[in-house]
Amino acid sequence: MNRVILHVDLNNFYASVECLHRPELRDKPVVVGGNPALRHGIVLAKNYLAKSFGIKTGEVIWQARKKCPDLIALPPDYSLYLRFARLAREIYLNYTDQIEPFGIDEAWLDVTKSINLYGTGKEIADQIRARIKFELGITASVGVSYNKIFAKLGSDLKKPDATTVITPENFREVVWPLPASDLLYVGRSTERKLARYMIRTIGDIATTSRDFLHFILGKWGDVLWSFANGEDDSPVAIFGEEGFIKSIGNSTTTPRDLVNNEDVKLVLYVLAESVAARMREHGFRCRTVQIHVRDTDLAVFERQAKTARPTNLSSEIALLAMKLFTDNYHWEKPLRSIGVRGTDLVTEGKAIQVSLFMDEEKRKRHEDLEKTVDILRKRFGHFSIQRGMMLGDRRLTDLNPKDDHVIHPVGFFGPK
Amino acid sequence: MRYKVYVDVTARFDKEGNVVPEHIIWEDGRRFEIDRVLDVRPAASLKAGGCGIRYTCRISGKETFLFLEGNRWFVEAKKV
Repeated sequence: MNRVILHVDLNNFYASVECLHRPELRDKPVVVGGNPALRHGIVLAKNYLAKSFGIKTGEVIWQARKKCPDLIALPPDYSLYLRFARLAREIYLNYTDQIEPFGIDEAWLDVTKSINLYGTGKEIADQIRARIKFELGITASVGVSYNKIFAKLGSDLKKPDATTVITPENFREVVWPLPASDLLYVGRSTERKLARYMIRTIGDIATTSRDFLHFILGKWGDVLWSFANGEDDSPVAIFGEEGFIKSIGNSTTTPRDLVNNEDVKLVLYVLAESVAARMREHGFRCRTVQIHVRDTDLAVFERQAKTARPTNLSSEIALLAMKLFTDNYHWEKPLRSIGVRGTDLVTEGKAIQVSLFMDEEKRKRHEDLEKTVDILRKRFGHFSIQRGMMLGDRRLTDLNPKDDHVIHPVGFFGPK
Repeated sequence: MRYKVYVDVTARFDKEGNVVPEHIIWEDGRRFEIDRVLDVRPAASLKAGGCGIRYTCRISGKETFLFLEGNRWFVEAKKV
């Protein structure tokens, strides 16, 4: 039997929540964006009126203002959005316990086992939409299909407040004409590669031979081919399971562009300190360090490497992150934001293989040092004790990622 | 046009764990007794701007909505 999977997308989530709370803004163009003074000034969400001016998500707020001088830009209020995300999830939980969030405003629901209770996938989708509208005062668009990929595509097809059903019978007519870039994991560079072979729509991907896609894209070719043919069989995670911590990371958009390794080093240390402190707080060590780099064109890359041994020391994480960075980035462009993440976590209590070639005593002293810093910061505030290097540029280091925490979507396949 | 006004509320917590509002205390100190709670459900208030648990209350013969938003109460007040 085919699965029944919904993908619920809360329309213009941040902007909708803000407009709900400020009735006087509902008929005005509104965007939610970071703090322009700190240069987190990009559009995170917009309402439909702002969209009609051609304003795009990710655009800088002053650019958006040029298109629409009367634009109202609001700073984001994440705790409010989290409350709404939680309320939405409580609605989903009435229908299934298989709920997999994708970012704060999207989620997959596997309702296969609920159709005898609540009706067909479309009926459940309509119920959920009606409840979100009535109970939360915002709208959602829902895709209904037999796999996660088509469900997600469906939720993008009709907006706002609509249900789209994609079945094994109609997917060739509905999905295949869409541009290849609508498919999850076809980003800019994949799109370019495919275009070189005149593969422009999802249908083109589906009807190209799998071997050929493998030849041009490697194993992603196989993945995309099965996505395009509706053969994705990845399960929707069970609610709560994703709650297990798989990685701990922080990233930040810096108040000014980073232009050299020194700048990057400062920020990486700030981030690594936060990541390490959070790992210690939760009793973890990581075995892999990842960095995430975004340049001023918003192009992103990530690199990762194994640590010599499980660690939650900021110095080790920062050093490895820095090495990953210098090995992989050659300053074609200044950087806009950067992130560090520890993954492949093991619990702190787990025995560690000590090494003959490392100064174990020194390492122990380091651990004690960092724990002492944790205690000092807890008692006297984050900025009570800092590395001397942080004074190099206060604008770059004047942040406390540990406590000013923001949530980002993780990948479809989850953090590895 | 209505707007959002947070109000003080006295409420009873019954044995079943329900919260039953009993009085609304208005900004100016006036106290209104809630005769009866007619309906309780989660709902958004588009008029005032917010969402929470909506209590449909009868206060001196008139029906009005009282919202519990997190741990604060608000009403949809009329603009005068």
